[in-house]
Amino acid sequence: MQKIQPSFLTPLRSVLLGLALIASTAGADTVTVYSARNEQLIKPLFDAYTKETGTQIQVLTDKEGPLLERLKAEGAKTPADVLITVDAGNLWQASQMGLLQPVKSSILNANIPANLRDPKGEWYGLSVRARTIVYNKKSVNPTQLSTYEALAEPRWKGKLCLRTSKKVYNQSLVATMMATLGEKETERVVRGWVANLATEVFPDDTALIKAVAAGQCEVGIVNTYYLARMVEKEPNLPVGLFWANQKSRGVHVNISGAGVVKHAPNAAGGQKLIEWLSAGKAQEIYTDKDFEYPANPQIKPDSIIRQWGQFKMDLINVSKAGELQGAATRLMDRAGYH
Amino acid sequence: MHLTVSDSNPGNFWNWRGWGPLRALAIAALTLLPLLVVLASFFEPQPEIWAHLTEYVLPGVLWNTGILILGVGAGVLLLGVPLAWLTAVCDFPGRRFFAWSLMLPLAMPAYVLAFVQVGLLDFTGPVQTLLRTWFGSSAWFPPIRSTGGVVLVLTLAFYPYVYLLARNAFITQGLRAVEAAQALGFTRGQAFWKVALPMARPWIAGGMTLALMETLADFGSVSIFSFDTFTTAIYKAWFSLFNLPAASQLASLLVLFVLVLAVIDQHLRHNRRYAAKNFSPARIVLQGGARWGAVVFCGVVLAMAFVVPFIQLLIWARTVWQEDFDARYPAFLLHSILLGGVAAAVVTVLGLLLSAIRQHHKDWMTQFIVRLATLGYAIPGTVLAVGVFIPVAWLDNYLVGAAQWAGWDVSQILKGSLLVMLLALSARFLAVAFQPVDAAMQRITRNQGNAARSLGLSPRQVLLRLQLPMVRGGLLTAALIVFVDVMKEMPITLMTRPFGWDTLAVRVFEMTSEGMWDRAALPSLAIVLAGLLPVILLVRKSESGLH
Repeated sequence: MQKIQPSFLTPLRSVLLGLALIASTAGADTVTVYSARNEQLIKPLFDAYTKETGTQIQVLTDKEGPLLERLKAEGAKTPADVLITVDAGNLWQASQMGLLQPVKSSILNANIPANLRDPKGEWYGLSVRARTIVYNKKSVNPTQLSTYEALAEPRWKGKLCLRTSKKVYNQSLVATMMATLGEKETERVVRGWVANLATEVFPDDTALIKAVAAGQCEVGIVNTYYLARMVEKEPNLPVGLFWANQKSRGVHVNISGAGVVKHAPNAAGGQKLIEWLSAGKAQEIYTDKDFEYPANPQIKPDSIIRQWGQFKMDLINVSKAGELQGAATRLMDRAGYH
Repeated sequence: MHLTVSDSNPGNFWNWRGWGPLRALAIAALTLLPLLVVLASFFEPQPEIWAHLTEYVLPGVLWNTGILILGVGAGVLLLGVPLAWLTAVCDFPGRRFFAWSLMLPLAMPAYVLAFVQVGLLDFTGPVQTLLRTWFGSSAWFPPIRSTGGVVLVLTLAFYPYVYLLARNAFITQGLRAVEAAQALGFTRGQAFWKVALPMARPWIAGGMTLALMETLADFGSVSIFSFDTFTTAIYKAWFSLFNLPAASQLASLLVLFVLVLAVIDQHLRHNRRYAAKNFSPARIVLQGGARWGAVVFCGVVLAMAFVVPFIQLLIWARTVWQEDFDARYPAFLLHSILLGGVAAAVVTVLGLLLSAIRQHHKDWMTQFIVRLATLGYAIPGTVLAVGVFIPVAWLDNYLVGAAQWAGWDVSQILKGSLLVMLLALSARFLAVAFQPVDAAMQRITRNQGNAARSLGLSPRQVLLRLQLPMVRGGLLTAALIVFVDVMKEMPITLMTRPFGWDTLAVRVFEMTSEGMWDRAALPSLAIVLAGLLPVILLVRKSESGLH
């Protein structure tokens, strides 16, 4: 009876800690992270960091909205050092709410290209996510494809699949279109997309890719890592990837990134963690485990995504997506894109 | 002090002196505090956002929400009441099995059911794929991602609330009512419609209230269908337009709507008394077609709401078992069960107290405050979570400041403690405990209450000696539903959990937030299995009175 598995003891201990109503201040060798990027994607990174530096990392995951409200409510007494989220829109919003502090780091400036970080240095992109066109290999010849805008042409009537406009990825895509094409032209394009829809919009990219593969529709717009995950399991998936807008502004990219929290108790530790995430092994984990593109140009992408070749990316600063996200949402509401 | 005077004058607008409102307020504060935070949003008017929402968003979502409420409301009645009647008072092959297994869908989170059904029945799913290989086309197959599909799936997910409560009513009084009516010359059909059904009305209404409140607050399931409701509009205002005040304003409208419904319901039930004595005559034995019709009906509902999604979860769990299962799982499971168990105990006691207060103080003010206390269930979870967190964080900042000033090195005191988590969950699930307990409480006759009080029993003694023993069934039902609901709950758990205190639901969140539904199979399955335990326990108890 005396030899109880330690794994059963841990929760008991935390129950006691919880009931004691007290959580003591984290030690100096601990960094506390609030993350909207889910746990199984960041845990391998943190495990590697702890192993290399001895620094413990305490993580709390939640959705972006509640996390930002949490930071706001905690104010100067927050235990959080670092905020990690996906999508520049969310980081821009955190910065607008005054939740982050500017970081001056020559390491980060060297590792992360200027268009993938906040001009004020409040947040830095750590991985790049490209959102582009996928097509059914049986019914579409890639020569028929060119740009996001061209998917609004009548020739794709009843053949286009889109994910819901409530996903921030589509809001960012439309926001960057607004920044380059203007509001009027963008609205025309979005209305064209809606008119071309083959079926109700999808809740996630994976369901959309399946629909393209099954022939429910012929073309769609997705983040590439979703396709990579599916291709890894099913190499013969009849879905091709096309780099959009290569003759014009380039493929829309967004980031997952991080910033140091304004009232971080351990800001230096937070900055060190972000610097570590921007280089070497961490960047490899981003691309090898999650099939995203490393934000650091010195790191090579994973082999599955390397086969899609090089592409020209839209160099507009990703913070623009955050700035115009609300306007993009309204535009999509007006256009009837649900 | 409290003789029959207060009882003889129910609903009197002016009769609200006394302790009733204060007592009710002590419990209602749990819900009122976050509700006030939500209401405070009206200090920041958002005319521009409102203009946009009114023109482009609200007309569509109001229509959708209306259809959904009507559809799911009718659906849970059409499934829940007949199933309860069949298993409670009739006899047919497999009755004992269906009696408990039809409760199982309660343990299946609605978003999981939605995802599995859409996965199976959508264009890319196995059913339509098979149809296409056989017939070349599946165009005639009704689309699952449609209004009908949402209504069907939410009905399957939420009918157990009506089933559980109606069954409770039928078991305790159904047969007796039918016999009495038949003795008066009614046919069995008339007896059901004219006596048994009206007598079960508080239970059925309670179950339906829970089903509809959950439908209104649902975000996970409707998003899988890309079906826009009022709640999706709330999240749009918050997450896409970055406007939490506008989202809170929308949420308070939702709460107001539920409050109006509750008051109307209260008014309709006004002064009506529901009472019957217990004893157990023989069951109605179904014959011929009805016999097998009952088996097929129960079987189909069970298959669609539980067996099929359960098997799908098993298949997925098998494929992801190795990459997902690790040493932390026992902790996830233990956290979930502990949280569900403690919350069930706390919330059920609060629900009982609230119901006892409502029975004791008939004045208008007390009744109204009791209604307010149960509104937490209709607020979309994430909005309520923020409403809870803001005052807690505010208080905590002061406490931490004081502690640090006293030389005590702490970063948080209330926040991130299990106590706050329990209080927040209580705010959400008070309605869930209140409805079944209160329905049972209404069965205690006025004469019984009056007799007890004229014997000189104090209110506390009335509660302990008379009410408590008579509402045992309702208490068990309440504790079961709260236990299972807490295990499935995500937003409040996510926002208020202590560091490292992850539960199965948190695990489901991690897996599903990137659309990896199959990878969420393992924690979902564990939630379902842990939910089985109390279901079986409850059945044992509720069956013991009737054979």
